[in-house]
Amino acid sequence: MKPPRFAYHAPATVEEAVALLARYGGEAKVLAGGQSLMPLLNFRLTRPAALIDLNRIPALAGIREHDGQVRLGAMTRQRAVEFSPVVARALPLLREATRWVGHLPIRTRGTIGGSIAHADPSAEYPAVLAALEGEVVARSPRGERVVPWHALFRTYLTTSLAPDELLTEVRLPAMPAGAGFAFEEFARRHGDFAIVGIAAMVVRDGPRCRKARLAASGAGPVPVRLRGAEEILEREGLGPDAIQAAARRAAELVQPDSDIHASADYRRHLAAVLTARAVRRAAGVQAGS
Amino acid sequence: MGELVTVRLTVNGTPREGRCEPRKLLVDFLREDLGLTGTHVGCEHGICGACTVLLDGQAARSCLMLAVQAEGSEIVTVEGLARNGQLHPLQEAFREHHGLQCGFCTPGMLMTILDFLRVNPDPTEAEIREGISAVLCRCTGYQGIVNAVKAAAPVLRQRGA
Repeated sequence: MKPPRFAYHAPATVEEAVALLARYGGEAKVLAGGQSLMPLLNFRLTRPAALIDLNRIPALAGIREHDGQVRLGAMTRQRAVEFSPVVARALPLLREATRWVGHLPIRTRGTIGGSIAHADPSAEYPAVLAALEGEVVARSPRGERVVPWHALFRTYLTTSLAPDELLTEVRLPAMPAGAGFAFEEFARRHGDFAIVGIAAMVVRDGPRCRKARLAASGAGPVPVRLRGAEEILEREGLGPDAIQAAARRAAELVQPDSDIHASADYRRHLAAVLTARAVRRAAGVQAGS
Repeated sequence: MGELVTVRLTVNGTPREGRCEPRKLLVDFLREDLGLTGTHVGCEHGICGACTVLLDGQAARSCLMLAVQAEGSEIVTVEGLARNGQLHPLQEAFREHHGLQCGFCTPGMLMTILDFLRVNPDPTEAEIREGISAVLCRCTGYQGIVNAVKAAAPVLRQRGA
């Protein structure tokens, strides 16, 4: 099908975009990369009064380092993230996760801010935001506020952003030097939506685990931070028993639903299997060692 | 019909212009307004890849973009590949290695693979399979396409050098 009729706006500044959002009072949709919104429009699953296209606002794209953080403009393309030297150095987990986002032609257009604001719980970026304890910046006519990851995701496709708030920036703390990382995902075909994905970061201190960070996608209505599993690793280290215990805990912590793609039980099973794989790879230990 | 907007862009090296509603998809603009029917409309939700074109040099789904968003951009479609009656080396490789069956996915495959080989000029077979997974072949004729990409990669590397 084809998109329904809408008023089209392509503001040149964030101020204009925010003013337009406020003017439409929740009846407008923000168009970022369009890789999720355009299918919804083509199928007429959404019929907004207006589209506010952010693609003509150059200030919204770009990657910079600031005070131990990497700050990515909301309109930074996933493809730019994938090939950014800054991301490769400071956020290798984000880089690896990006390669799981759709396919290269999707990443040409898709943006980091769009993916996070869309809040699909099976998407990779929300899980990375949760694992690395990132935050986003939201702008509205009332000003700017910083929203930490745990206050952002409400439920499926729903964030705590107000109808007149625009996500303008994603901020992730640079990973500690020497941190191990892995993004493990299972999908029926590469590039499909994840059935379950696990983002992992491990900071080792010999056999001990100084810091573990784990988050799951596709395992509930929002990305799930697996704090209980992290604590097992931080307490018991990175031996095979500890990794297995953390994996079992991960399966208990997720709250997946059954859908056409996979049952809740299968998703729980995957959460355990992928957690073990991700931790092993992040910690640099071979399976069975 | 709603309000019309003018869209000016460069397609296959030629400046083009058309008027359409803001809701018109880029793929429909290329086919209906500019008469370039080589780019195919498949699923219209970004899964099948048949509508893939090069947008400012990078592969993108033209069913997931509005024509108005392409204002000022440079598009290359399958019609832009052959030069002076000579097929592009990638097209030659498709012909040589039986990468064509019904031909529906071919335009999207070609544009996707051109971008893929630019990013990864010397891919392994596994990387080729992952690269072309961005486009669905409804004949399931993937093996011939993989063979064509393997054959085209060194030719394009040489051409690029």
